[in-house]
Parts: sequence; structure tokens; C-alpha cells
Amino acid sequence: MSQEAGWDVEKIRRDFPILGEKVYGKPLTYLDNAATTQKPQAVIDTLAQYYSKENANIHRGIFCLSEQATKRYKTARHKVQGFIGAASDKEIIFVRGTTEALNLVAQCYGRTFLKAGDEVLITHMEHHSNIVPWQMLAEGIGIKLKVAPINDQGELIMEDFKKLLSDKVKFVSVVHVSNALGTVNPVKEIIHLAHAKGIPVMVDGAQAVAHTPLDVKDLDCDFYAFSGHKLLGPTGIGVLYGKKEFLEKMPPYQGGGDMIRSVTFEKTVYNDLPYKFEAGTPHIAGVIGLGTAIDYIQSIGLERIEAYEQELLSYGTEKLLQVPGLRLIGTARHKSAILSFVLGEAHAHDIGTILDRQGIAIRAGHHCAMPVMQRFNVPATTRASLAFYNTFEEIDRLVAALHEVTEVFR
Amino acid sequence: MSGDIRELYQQMIMDHNKNPRNFHAMTDADRMVEGYNPLCGDHFKVYLKLEGDVIKDISFDGSGCAISKSSASMMTAVLKGKTRAEARGLFEEVHKMLSREIGEPFDAAKVGKLATLGGVCEFPSRVKCASLAWHTMLEGLEPSGKQVTTE
Repeated sequence: MSQEAGWDVEKIRRDFPILGEKVYGKPLTYLDNAATTQKPQAVIDTLAQYYSKENANIHRGIFCLSEQATKRYKTARHKVQGFIGAASDKEIIFVRGTTEALNLVAQCYGRTFLKAGDEVLITHMEHHSNIVPWQMLAEGIGIKLKVAPINDQGELIMEDFKKLLSDKVKFVSVVHVSNALGTVNPVKEIIHLAHAKGIPVMVDGAQAVAHTPLDVKDLDCDFYAFSGHKLLGPTGIGVLYGKKEFLEKMPPYQGGGDMIRSVTFEKTVYNDLPYKFEAGTPHIAGVIGLGTAIDYIQSIGLERIEAYEQELLSYGTEKLLQVPGLRLIGTARHKSAILSFVLGEAHAHDIGTILDRQGIAIRAGHHCAMPVMQRFNVPATTRASLAFYNTFEEIDRLVAALHEVTEVFR
Repeated sequence: MSGDIRELYQQMIMDHNKNPRNFHAMTDADRMVEGYNPLCGDHFKVYLKLEGDVIKDISFDGSGCAISKSSASMMTAVLKGKTRAEARGLFEEVHKMLSREIGEPFDAAKVGKLATLGGVCEFPSRVKCASLAWHTMLEGLEPSGKQVTTE
């Protein structure tokens, strides 16, 4: 039973129709929330309502539906602004997801303001999407990628990070919460250290936004990236927050409609923020759906969500450690509700298959963080990632199924 | 435990996983081919020693899940002493067995002991595990120069 006052997880679960589904005749136990979260009925209804009654392109039509769609699109941007504490809704750029947001900054900021020999500092626990765009930039213009190491608990070694933060470093890009380890990075301290040397910082917030309150002004990050689908919203929509002073001096990402003010064959004048970075017809339904997801999550409250998920994490950690031969990968002091582990001789994919037949959905593999696997010298891990609609009983089900794995691999 | 899990992880498969046969690098191999499924991490090398048309010796090493490892182990046990044509024929039969529609029968007589892998087709996401070593072996016999993967 949760200690969180008035927390009614069964009531919350009823808002998510998929949580009532069965898999192989067993109730679905969905523990793959770091991959994508499930969607509340309100978000599903918003999408259906938009396509069945309101669909029209935005910023164009001189007719009722288009004006309404434009208004709802703008309202959603405003909701995102409020949700993350941005100073202006001009600082909210809609993109396809975290990956596109990180690529946008690597390309538009990197190609304009970085030069050969400049260093970009990341950490050893980055997702591939915060490694590869920088490697592409290294190939393209000759920047150097530096990687701050992590310890055996999966925590960033701050002493080494400080040493690596030399005068050559011109950009820092770090993950807020590691998808493979659950580690919560001290992003505020990182930003403070970098800013003391005049270095801008981007934070990959994909695993953070649905699990902990965020205030980008307080954090003082220069860029913050996240995906809608890990925040109860639709796939294909994400957000890049950027400080106006940076976004204004960066060139556009793609050329096309909406991002221009005027076009002649001699000269094109770009539009103002945020449109400068939103070429073409955007994912209108996705944006509006994301707005509904934010309304929903705010109606519950991220402080309460975080407190409940921490209870689940403590309970899950304790129970998993009782499974013989189980080793947690990622035991940072400050962790999000992600339980990544290896179990005896059983390979993660065998565990995944056995759990699946019990209706338990987990992730098995390298979690798009192969350097993390290399650091811990494992080919893959099994990962249970929790959300606020998960229950203590579901963790018990996971543990029971892991005993079954142990039996098969005895 | 469900019946199909029991069938998938039956004793013979778990035995090959725990005590894989011919599980070593071969220093004097004629062919060494690497098979790799980067998404799931199964990664094996298959070594072949050929004498004329005959597989004189075959071994493997590397790491992967129980299905990929036991399939590789069984394969090496079966192919030692077989001709290229026989190996090609078995590859075809195993391929048919693994990729058949769920519930469809297969000719168990043609694959012998390898029929223990027949239950894998009930688990579509695991077919790539069971077939990795076989594709790696085939690349050794009939080189195409392509990177071997079954993902």
C-alpha cells in the first residue's frame, strides 16, 4: 500500500484502457515505460476528436476549422511552456522527438558555432541519440567528442567531469536520467560548472519529464529535449526547449513552408521563433494530444508521481535483490524508477521471452546505450521501467516470473 | 510455467546451452565467419576445416542467448563429417522448420535431433536467434562477402 496520501492507483489505472488488456490470457503487466508510456483515455479521445471533428491545416485556412486548429495548436505550445517553466512559448520548438531535438542542436548550433578542434563533452551513460549526432559532427567539421566516465554504481564521476571541462570544451550535452541505469544526473551542478566557463549546456530529458518536476529557468539549461510518447502523449511529437538568445542566432534546421516570412528566388527571409524551426505542416494532432497529456499529468501532479514511483523503486529494488543470482546494473544513490539487471546465466532475451508468456512486458537488450553495457561488461540487461500506474502487485508478479526463469536455467 | 515455454527451453536445449559442444576457437581453420545480431547482441564466430567436399571439423565461440547458443552447438555436432551438399540441405530443412507458420507440421525425420528447435517458430521474435549460427556456417561454405546477421 502506498504511503502517498490519497493515492488511488486503481482509479488511475482505469484512465488507461490498455492496462485492462490480457496477453496470453494473463493480465498485461506493462513495465516498459522507459521505452514508451501508455496513453490515458483523454489523450486517445483528443486524437479521435481532432481527426473526426476538427481536422484542418494550421496558419493557412481562412475558415472556422483552420482557425480552431491553429488556436488549439498554439494553446498546446503554451501548455508545454507552463509545464517546463520556460520564459516564453517562442522557446518551445515542436520536433518529432528527443532524437530530432538533439540532432537539431548538433547540426544548427554545432555547425555554426563550433569549429575543428573544439570539444563537446558528454557522459558515458548517454543514449546513442546523444552520441551519434556528435560523432557525425566530428566527421563533418572535426570537433572532438569527450566522454566523462561513470563509477561502478553508474554515477557520473564529478571530479573527472570537472577535469574534462577544459577551455577547449565549447558545448556540454548530458542526459538528465539514464535510460539504461536509472541514474539521475546532477544536471543543475553540471550546468552551473559549465556556465562558470561560459559553456552552453543541453539536457536530454527523455527519461525525466514524466517522472520529476521540471523548471528550465531554475535549471538554467540552454537546451532541453524530450519526447511526447514517454509523457503519455502520442508518438512522433517531441519538444526542443532552447533559450531565445541561442535559438535566434541559430540558422533554421530545414527549409520549407511556415519557416519563412517571404521568399523570392533572390532572397528568403526566415520567420520568427518558434516557426523558424518548424518547416512544413507539423504533427498537429500530436501537438494537441501532447497538450492533453500534460493536462492529465498535471491533474495528478509530478511531485506525487515522483513520490509514488520512489516507493515502487524501493520496493522493487528490495524484492529483486532477493532473487538468487540477480545483479542490479545501476545502483546510483539518486535514481529514477528503472530496474536494470542481469540474472545468473540467463540471457536477457531468454528472460524476456519467459516473462512475456506471463504477460509481463519488459525490455531486454542494450537499450541503445551500448557504451553502458561495455562499461559493465554485460552483453545486455533486462530492464523493468516503472510508471505511476504500476503497482506493488505487478512487481510481485515480475519477481515470481523471475523465479521461473531461475528454474529453467538451474 | 506454460507448456510452450517448457517446450522451448526443454532439457536438450538447456544442456547444449550449459555445455556447448565444439565451443572453442580453431587456430588452423580454413574459414572463420562472424555472425552478429547487433540489436539483441548475439555474437558468434563459426570455424570450418574443409577437406575436399567434406566438413572435417567445425567449432564456434562467442556469446548469446540460450536459443542461439544451443542451436549453434547442435549444428556443430550434426555437421561434422557432412559434405557441403548435405550441410546445405540441412540448412534448408532447419530454415523451413524455424520459419514455418505456427501449427504447421515439419518433416522431423529430415532434421533428426535438430527437431528439438522446432518449438522456436511459436516465438517469432526468437527465430533470428536460432538461425544465426546456420547463416554464419553457410557464409563459410558459400562466401558472399556480406556481413552475416539475421535481424
